[in-house]
Amino acid sequence: MLKKITNIGDCGITCDFGDEVNKSTNKEVIKLFKFIQESVNTRKLKGILNYTPSYNKLIINFELGQIKSQEIIEFIKNSDYSKINLPENKKIVEIPICYDEEFALDIQRLETKTKLNFREIVSKHIETNFFVYMIGFVPGQPFLGDLNKILYHDRLDTPRVKINKGSVGIVEKFCTIYTFESPGGWNIIGRTPFELFNINKKNTSILSPGDTIKFKSISKKEFGSFKNE
Amino acid sequence: MNNYFKVLRAGINSTFQDLGRFGLQHLGIVASGCMDQLTFCISNKLVGNKISEGALEFAYQGPLIELMGETALVAISGKVNFNIIKKNGETIKGKSNESFLISNGDKIDILSTINSAYGYLSIFGGFKIEEVKGSVSTLVKAKIGPNNGDKLKVGDKIFFNKSYKTGKLKKIQFDFDKDNIIRVMKGLQIHYFSKKSQEDFFSKEYKVTKLTDRMGMRLEGQKLENTVNKNIKSEGITKGSIQVPGDGQPIILLTDHPTIGGYPKIANVITADYDKLVQKTPGTIIKFKLVDLSVAENAFQDYVRKF
Repeated sequence: MLKKITNIGDCGITCDFGDEVNKSTNKEVIKLFKFIQESVNTRKLKGILNYTPSYNKLIINFELGQIKSQEIIEFIKNSDYSKINLPENKKIVEIPICYDEEFALDIQRLETKTKLNFREIVSKHIETNFFVYMIGFVPGQPFLGDLNKILYHDRLDTPRVKINKGSVGIVEKFCTIYTFESPGGWNIIGRTPFELFNINKKNTSILSPGDTIKFKSISKKEFGSFKNE
Repeated sequence: MNNYFKVLRAGINSTFQDLGRFGLQHLGIVASGCMDQLTFCISNKLVGNKISEGALEFAYQGPLIELMGETALVAISGKVNFNIIKKNGETIKGKSNESFLISNGDKIDILSTINSAYGYLSIFGGFKIEEVKGSVSTLVKAKIGPNNGDKLKVGDKIFFNKSYKTGKLKKIQFDFDKDNIIRVMKGLQIHYFSKKSQEDFFSKEYKVTKLTDRMGMRLEGQKLENTVNKNIKSEGITKGSIQVPGDGQPIILLTDHPTIGGYPKIANVITADYDKLVQKTPGTIIKFKLVDLSVAENAFQDYVRKF
């Protein structure tokens, strides 16, 4: 449930759905996100510049001079967006992952923490249908959940300076895929050759908040010969 | 004939920008765009373009470019020290905020911005650059935008659409706000900070540090004490948000900010003072003044009248 709406400076509002980070809260966020996106695309709502869902909040930025925050707040309050159907389970995006030791940089750390062996860790990771909570920080980077509880682990104490593009990492109940080479502190368990983000494609990002994904294990050979369309 | 500028020196951070690329932040793509919107629009106005036309933004030291082709009408906005080097070797001191003509073989040498960070170069008819998702803004860290999403490099050719035939030169009276008071509204997590730190933030001086770029401006001053939690659940970021990481020193998130972030935010810069803020150079002492929404909205009305 939408708990409260607050101004962020003079050109943004935040719609706060409470403090819980779980799928049911996030689904409410994504319903409102989809509703705002649709309202902007059909020009029912003008002057909106960006709408950014996260775990438990939707932030809406607008063009001051085109619309005032109060008008957007009224628009949301007078709408029944909670009936929107999310395309969940209709489409599961399959993402290839190679768990080869060359890519699974933190497997030993995870073995120590979970007391599971490599194969068990992989099977716990691959059996999960992941929900896309949000996308961002850098272009196209998805934040996925929820991991099997047994795999929960903290961030690295010292983040790596460089993590390769396509690396798949886990922290606490979340999993992410690095869409750009960047620094990072997540436990890296594999790598995908699948390009999730390409600005030059019509469909810039394969994933959108609210999607469901499943990983598919591939060999190092398949990784090497993988072709992005 | 293809008209273009040859880049002989790239400058520190010279990129094509417009007013931003919108509607994609949910996919991790920040709007980016020009840092100082008013100064950007002035350079377009000076050459008779629509104010949203793509222009070349430079920071501190700008590029040295040579015109290859027919006469062009150009303007440089901001407070900029530059020369026009004629083909015959004669050097003429350039005047910012005035349009001027240059001919084949002439060079524009943008030496530095004066007590400010950003300046803009516009050309009559606009640059011949490709839009990416509806904008010619460049986001270098994700390689999004014209020129392969990159800064200018030596040897690049900057093509433009039209040569210039006739018309009047223009001049716009313009100066930056000299005061160093930045008006802000309360941030979403202001209550994470002790009463004393809240008072400190709105009354003490903060210094702009060298760790400042298109993504953010790191400040140095009275340490802010977080009494609740040094992290928050990651949430969407708004341009001008002032976040405070664990070390207690504020960072103002600027035009190329990450789309989501996990640090508490103490305040947000109001739209009317954003352009003034981004022009502050390292070493400048700034102070924050707390205002409410109605003050910010009125200030915005005054701000848009300058366009």
